[in-house]
Amino acid sequence: MSVYQSAPTPESSAIIAKDFDFWYGDFHALTGLDVNIARNKITAFIGPSGCGKSTFLRCMNRMNDLIEGTHVSGSMSLDGNNIYAPGVDPVDLRRRVGMIFQQPNPFPKSIYENVAFGPRLQGVTSKSDLDDIVEESLKRANLWKEVSNQLSKDGLALSGGQQQRLCIARVLAVQPDVLLMDEPCSAIDPTSVQKVEDLMAELAPEMTIIIVTHSMQQAARISDYTAFFLQEVAGEPATLIEYGQTDAIFTSPMDRRTEDYITGRFG
Amino acid sequence: MEETPSAAPKRELALVSHATYVKEKALRYLFFACAFLAVVTVILIFAFTTYSAFPVFTDIGLANFFSLTWAPSEGEYGIVSLLAGSGLVTVGALVMGVPLGVGTAVYLVEIASDRVRKIISPAVDLLAGIPSIIYGFFGMVIIRPFVAQISDGLGFGALTAWFVLAIMIVPTITTLTMDALNSIPMGIREASYAMGATKWQTIYKVVLPAAKLGIVDAIVLGMGRAIGETMAVLMVVGNAPVIPSSIASPISTLTSQIALDMSYSSGLHRSALFGMGVVLFIISATLVGIVRLISKKRR
Repeated sequence: MSVYQSAPTPESSAIIAKDFDFWYGDFHALTGLDVNIARNKITAFIGPSGCGKSTFLRCMNRMNDLIEGTHVSGSMSLDGNNIYAPGVDPVDLRRRVGMIFQQPNPFPKSIYENVAFGPRLQGVTSKSDLDDIVEESLKRANLWKEVSNQLSKDGLALSGGQQQRLCIARVLAVQPDVLLMDEPCSAIDPTSVQKVEDLMAELAPEMTIIIVTHSMQQAARISDYTAFFLQEVAGEPATLIEYGQTDAIFTSPMDRRTEDYITGRFG
Repeated sequence: MEETPSAAPKRELALVSHATYVKEKALRYLFFACAFLAVVTVILIFAFTTYSAFPVFTDIGLANFFSLTWAPSEGEYGIVSLLAGSGLVTVGALVMGVPLGVGTAVYLVEIASDRVRKIISPAVDLLAGIPSIIYGFFGMVIIRPFVAQISDGLGFGALTAWFVLAIMIVPTITTLTMDALNSIPMGIREASYAMGATKWQTIYKVVLPAAKLGIVDAIVLGMGRAIGETMAVLMVVGNAPVIPSSIASPISTLTSQIALDMSYSSGLHRSALFGMGVVLFIISATLVGIVRLISKKRR
């Protein structure tokens, strides 16, 4: 059973998982997840490696569909619509739920084309509209000043931290409601980490952000809510141990395993 | 007596034994010789071919050599019709073989399930292992009658060669295109899907552009294979050294003409054949050069 400390109510939530289980083929990876993700807040998923936090994150935009043999049970809803309901188009879902990965993964195209990619997919063809979207998105990602005079440069020529912000700009260009971030800062330098965190704080008031992180300090610094996941026995499914407001989780965890993890006794 | 602080005798470092030294050196030269052999062979073949082709410059003359008529018995050694034949056969083979080869590679890397891939992939490899005489035979017996029917002729000509060569260059193009596609990081595909792209959009807008240079590489090497192919082409083009008048009329190519004439030719005729060899050599060297340039750019 998971422990909840002043967790978000369903009314204030953008994403709601109910009795959610997930399998990679025969391997039962996640079980019994009941999680409400607060709308326009930052939620952090923490836990040791292999605890299923990234897997759960990737269930939220159905990226796991790309892996053969995966399946789910229970429900996961976005704004009240079950995203796993029969007939739901994962392509449309992913336009509303953007994702940032651990390794910055810009396309081997120009900076401009990277940001214009999503809008072009959605049928924007006017050059001036695209110009506006590209500029606006790069500004929101705090990258505009650094790249405004070299938009035709290859995205891969940027530094790792800049590449990550380019990926954020690329996602922002399609104006998603939710932003999933899978360890977005573990492959970039500390200065860039600061920039990404500032950016998250700027975006949060109008965007639901979920971040998977290995850094407890990062979770404590930037998130409003924190969820702690754990796989207690190897080969058994992982589950949610404790979930609630970040302050409460970090200052007075109710479950001993949460306390052990955040005080660095394991993991 | 003064004692030195470290009394224990120090063993001196062993010297490299003579036997080891000799063996290492010998191996080094042996492997160098292997690698050098390739270079020497290329140089020798080029030198021999050029030397044998020398009368093309002195006795035949370049004007005659690059003229339209190939009639060695009348002293006409024009290779333009053969060049045109080679060109026509190659271009057609590429037009048909490139979509087939690239399409196969895209299917195998991006779409097929593991199970399907395990069946098709070895089949494609096997295509590369079939001797060209078998392809020629297949072309002559199966494809030629079909072409004859649709073209109202005998079926010997470029069109039949296109079908045969298109299949023959598929393994080259498919294998190299698969390498190019596999070298694209998975993360880029994930990024595309996460942006809400469909599978087709991901292939068309992200993966193929990223693999562009590798695919051009594959096409150029496929082109080299098509130009150089002799036996299968000889069996289906009809071997008439004339400027192609239609895609279904008999023509001849550089390689097939060399193969046909070499056994009985002599004198200037033979020199002209070597001259055609030099032309082929230059064409394939150019293709290899292009591939080199591309791979340099890719890195």
